[in-house]
Amino acid sequence: MTTAPAEPAFLAIDGLNKTYPSREGNIAALKHVNLEIGSTEFVSLVGPSGCGKSTLLRCVAGLEQKTSGAIVLSGQLVTAPPENMGIVFQRDVLLDWYTVLENILLPARIRGLSRRTLTPKAEHLLDLIGLTGFAHRFPWELSGGMRQRVAICRALLLEPSLLLMDEPFGALDAMTRDELNLELQRLWLDNAKTVLFVTHSISEAVFLSDRIVVMSRSPGRIIDTITVDLPRPRSLSIRETPEFGRYVAHIRGIFESFGLLRGSHVRA
Amino acid sequence: MSAPEDAGRKSNNHGTRRVLHITFVVLGFFLLWQTVVDAARIPEYLLPAPSAIFAEIGSAPNWYLMHVARTVGATLLGFSAALVVGYIAAVAIVYSRILEDTLFTLLIAMNSVPKVALAPIFIIWMGTGLSSKVAISVLIALFAIVVDTVLGLRSVDPDAVDLFRAMRGGRFQTLLWLRAPNALPYLFSGMKLAISLALVGAISGEFIASQAGLGYVILASQGAFQTTRVFAAVVLLGVIGTILFLIIDQTERFFCPWHISHRGRHRGQAAR
Repeated sequence: MTTAPAEPAFLAIDGLNKTYPSREGNIAALKHVNLEIGSTEFVSLVGPSGCGKSTLLRCVAGLEQKTSGAIVLSGQLVTAPPENMGIVFQRDVLLDWYTVLENILLPARIRGLSRRTLTPKAEHLLDLIGLTGFAHRFPWELSGGMRQRVAICRALLLEPSLLLMDEPFGALDAMTRDELNLELQRLWLDNAKTVLFVTHSISEAVFLSDRIVVMSRSPGRIIDTITVDLPRPRSLSIRETPEFGRYVAHIRGIFESFGLLRGSHVRA
Repeated sequence: MSAPEDAGRKSNNHGTRRVLHITFVVLGFFLLWQTVVDAARIPEYLLPAPSAIFAEIGSAPNWYLMHVARTVGATLLGFSAALVVGYIAAVAIVYSRILEDTLFTLLIAMNSVPKVALAPIFIIWMGTGLSSKVAISVLIALFAIVVDTVLGLRSVDPDAVDLFRAMRGGRFQTLLWLRAPNALPYLFSGMKLAISLALVGAISGEFIASQAGLGYVILASQGAFQTTRVFAAVVLLGVIGTILFLIIDQTERFFCPWHISHRGRHRGQAAR
């Protein structure tokens, strides 16, 4: 299914296995995952909860040790968190004791880079994401959607070539989620970078992605890969078009054929 | 107290209101006390009226001030030492499994011993001067600092730890910018407890053997049936305890205005 690019992929996952020890023996969280992602490609991982999509993302982030297999990011084996990576979690994880600006500058603080030099960059990111004038507010003065925008700015501060997002909009209400989907697309179109995006929403995946990786659980494995051929920039109304509907229906069909989605694990 | 919470992060405003509140309550209490003593004609050697107590303090202000200074000195020295030693011990315990198993276990075991019972030992070791009082203060206040700081350093959001790891932050950076700020509110609640305990330690030491301090005043006056003097010392202890507590409370507002207990209600749409 995966179209192998001629040149070595920006991110290559090869025969990745991940097992967790448990009382009843080892539990396979990921089984023989192969995936290649090109530079500036936007790839989503969708699947029911417990399918290992977050585990896969955490392995790529170097936060989780793989059991076997290899993850290669721009020619280098990933064993620890790579340098040119930004990450956004489902929870914004803003630090309460820092202002919005200081939170965005956290990666600079940790790397020992000059925060003063990077302040204009941070303010520019705030402008881009529609939070002009909020630099000196504290996180607890912001709404959930605003907080997650700040978390995105923080991940983008050092201009990573790889952006990992683990269900970043999963905790937001539907309208905020739509807004942030639009803004993420805009940011990505302005400054293309490779994005690996975990979601349990099929329509969110179709809206944002170049390619969708469909996963199944027990054990977590890739069951299909779909290339989304919809023109960009995509507006929210694209979701009402028949083409969009076909993609969603197709992916839902894959889940159904695997006996998933009888419950409500995956939202359309 | 139905005034709207519009103080926000203006901590001074809140502090002033708090001090006023305490003053009014205490004044009311003294007024009631005075009335009861006057109406029931309670003899002064049993329960002196507030007016008699304040007259007593007013009759020898410098003498009382000297004893106050002595007790406050022992308390503050003991508290400061407990704060420094306790904080360092807490960091060490959080970062070292061996210290957690040994030092922390020992501290918890020692805490079950009423530390006041150890006071005579310190008098034997260090004599009847200031140092034995300071030592007892440290011992009695240390536990609160260590336990609360350890809790604060540990109670970090696991996602935040992951975030620091993802940003390639080391242990020291995680301590400095995540664990330590996170532990601040815990540290302050430990400090509020510790300052009262340090005062208890100083007084306990003075009770056992001393030539100065409010504990000495209480014990010596009790022996001479000078009840008013005992009460004068107790009132002064109350004032000292309250002021020390308020100082820490205000310091906390200054250092962690971001903490949930200090946020104004009108700000911030419920930060989940």
